[in-house]
Amino acid sequence: MSQGLHIQDLTVRYDGVTALDRIQLNIEEHTTLGLVGESGSGKSTLARVVAGLIVPDEGIISLGEEPLTKKRSRAQRKKIQMIFQNPDASLNPRLSIRQLLSEALLFHGIVRRSGLEQRCLELLARVQIDGSALDRYPHEFSGGQRQRIAIARALSVEPELLIADEPTSALDVSVQLSVLELFASLKQELNLTMLFISHDMGVIHAISDTVAVMRHGQLVEINSKERFFARPDTAYGYQLLSAVPKMPAGTYSRRDTP
Amino acid sequence: MSMNPILEVEALTLSSRANPKLVHNVSFSIGKGETLGLVGESGSGKSLTLRAILGLLPQGIEQTGGQIKSSVSSAMVFQDPRGSLDPLCPVVKQLAEVISYRQGLSRRASRQAALELLEVLGLPLSLRQKDRYPSQLSGGQCQRVVIALALACKPGILLCDEPTTALDVTVQEQIIETISALQQELGFAMVFVTHNLAVASAMCSRLCVMRQGQIVEQGDTLSLLQAPQDAYTQMLINSVLPVPVLEGGEQR
Amino acid sequence: MKTISAHNLTGPSRKSQGTLRRILKNPTLLGGIIMLAILVLLAILIPVISPYDPSAQDLRAFLQPPSAEHWLGTDQLGRDLFTRLIYAARTDLTIMVLAEIIPFCTGVFLGMLAGYYGKWIDNIISLVTDTFVAFPFYLIVIIVAFASGAGQRGIFITFMLVGWIVFARVTRGVTVSLRQQEWVASAQTLGLSGIRIMFRHILPNVLPQAVVVLMTDMVGLLVAIVTLGYLGIGIAPPTPDWGTMISDGQSFITTAWWLSAMPGLAVVYTGIALSLVGDGLADLWRRR
Repeated sequence: MSQGLHIQDLTVRYDGVTALDRIQLNIEEHTTLGLVGESGSGKSTLARVVAGLIVPDEGIISLGEEPLTKKRSRAQRKKIQMIFQNPDASLNPRLSIRQLLSEALLFHGIVRRSGLEQRCLELLARVQIDGSALDRYPHEFSGGQRQRIAIARALSVEPELLIADEPTSALDVSVQLSVLELFASLKQELNLTMLFISHDMGVIHAISDTVAVMRHGQLVEINSKERFFARPDTAYGYQLLSAVPKMPAGTYSRRDTP
Repeated sequence: MSMNPILEVEALTLSSRANPKLVHNVSFSIGKGETLGLVGESGSGKSLTLRAILGLLPQGIEQTGGQIKSSVSSAMVFQDPRGSLDPLCPVVKQLAEVISYRQGLSRRASRQAALELLEVLGLPLSLRQKDRYPSQLSGGQCQRVVIALALACKPGILLCDEPTTALDVTVQEQIIETISALQQELGFAMVFVTHNLAVASAMCSRLCVMRQGQIVEQGDTLSLLQAPQDAYTQMLINSVLPVPVLEGGEQR
Repeated sequence: MKTISAHNLTGPSRKSQGTLRRILKNPTLLGGIIMLAILVLLAILIPVISPYDPSAQDLRAFLQPPSAEHWLGTDQLGRDLFTRLIYAARTDLTIMVLAEIIPFCTGVFLGMLAGYYGKWIDNIISLVTDTFVAFPFYLIVIIVAFASGAGQRGIFITFMLVGWIVFARVTRGVTVSLRQQEWVASAQTLGLSGIRIMFRHILPNVLPQAVVVLMTDMVGLLVAIVTLGYLGIGIAPPTPDWGTMISDGQSFITTAWWLSAMPGLAVVYTGIALSLVGDGLADLWRRR
């Protein structure tokens, strides 16, 4: 219980409506928690609270040993980064990729100016984007490429926890697959802890170690991936899984797919 | 393939000034009561093809080749249910207006017909008795109203543009069931546009796989999914993330 | 439904080249810029172009119709109308630009502050802007002009008081909608400071809208300057100004109509030029 993310009794209310109701959640270090739920279940609110974008009414969030204060310090903010859903809105349209990537590096003094270009190129290489992208602007890239750049930017401050809020929902299926692969390999290489939100059971199955289910602002089930997808503990989890449209039996599959 | 098709699209080509081949040489036909799925990724031209059939191409896009022959009327269900309804008009009234316009009924009779249609679509009585506005309905309920609006035109073909994409999985399942049941009952044909192969396989008897404005492969749903010939189709099928089968089958 | 490919784009200077080409392709903007440029060039070069002094009287040659010697004729004191018209442009345009700069900057800043931070800052700023909007603009101008004495000072003071409001309102609105954008949230999670997010991230995105508003606002201000001059509480003679020129020429409207008509047309010309630039810029930025 020493490392990782710990959430205790987290409650958020908006004008009388309880968006999050006493959430208890732990994510072990270097694992991925997949958070599922239908629209309005509070999963995005939870992500934004953990990322420090919404101040909770009650509850404690701690990363490792350190409880995060209500008004987060810069050092605390750096440790938790977030990737958002909409690739059209995830990057400031008026800044070049170089400006976007170098901003936080310089602001936090992570690299000197002399090493800046090198570091930006390394970040782009991490997300498999060509270095020639540096002097381009976000609108010149496809949705998938923009999500990769947003990931590179989040990684620039060397976070411990990466939150991804439906990062592939707006992407085409083939692009979605490659972005998910990128997340998986980054998690390995950088020892990240991840909170991954999706409404898509296929995505959750592909990326998670543990699955948590939210409904009406409450956490209704936390289970290991294998168990959740075979025998969910709650009727709601069962309902969610059985509603997923299935491909017909005997559908073509490439032999080398895992 | 049906004997006498009610909709035939022949060598359809759609162009804008920037791209003369937004949709290029697309041909397919549908028989009575049949459902054809157009699947593909964004930019493949599937939605444009649908709009061309409806005769509602966006500004700046023109049909530059081919023809669309249809012996019956068509109606469309869009992706965003809330965006397809007038937010300032109660839903029953919206539906009644369409019925009175399309079927020439009196105000009272069309309201009665509207209420019956909403009942067929499974909207709870409480929503039908009082005049509710779209904002007071959930996304799934709105989509049911939109389908009712489309059906009020008594279409021979229902055109569906990603009708379940904006909905939660459990609601998606219900809407798919509703559409299928209505199709059984009323016998309309459907063109169903979706990027979700699993949804397409549940709804459609035949599939056209589109890519960059062209049909790369078409055929019977099951055989196409089991033995795809085109590399792009294979890639699309492989990109579907599997969800394991629940233990104990589908009961409980 | 558009796919954007980044693969076949080359060169780092694409952006600046593209901007120039897009201006050239935009007839509204180009027309406005050319019209403004002509006026500004004339205003700068008038001492070279015209042999006349704007305030030199020549009573032998009063109220002359347009001729080769006096392109637009002369006024009741025998002063060359064309020369005065362009010198008046100098006065009026300079006041117009100077009186807009500070309100523009404060308005944009306060608008961003209100839109970005919200809560009590927004409440205070919105309260002030809403209150001022309720007052008719000309009422304030006339009160201030009387209180501070005729001349440019009244215009400057009034504009310091109320000029920023329109910019604050527009900027606040745009900022509120930008604030919902995910890239703002991502800048916050990166730990960047609020001021930095405002100036580095939000400002470049609100500036286009604010500049478009600036153009239309300048037209309004120009009309206000001319109106005050016409009413005799604006720029004091003998400094040439379109407003006083219109009012001076009024007595001769039946015999020498051009005395009032020409300065009037000059106001219309400038107004059209600024509006064209504003529309053109809005167009240019909308298409991005």
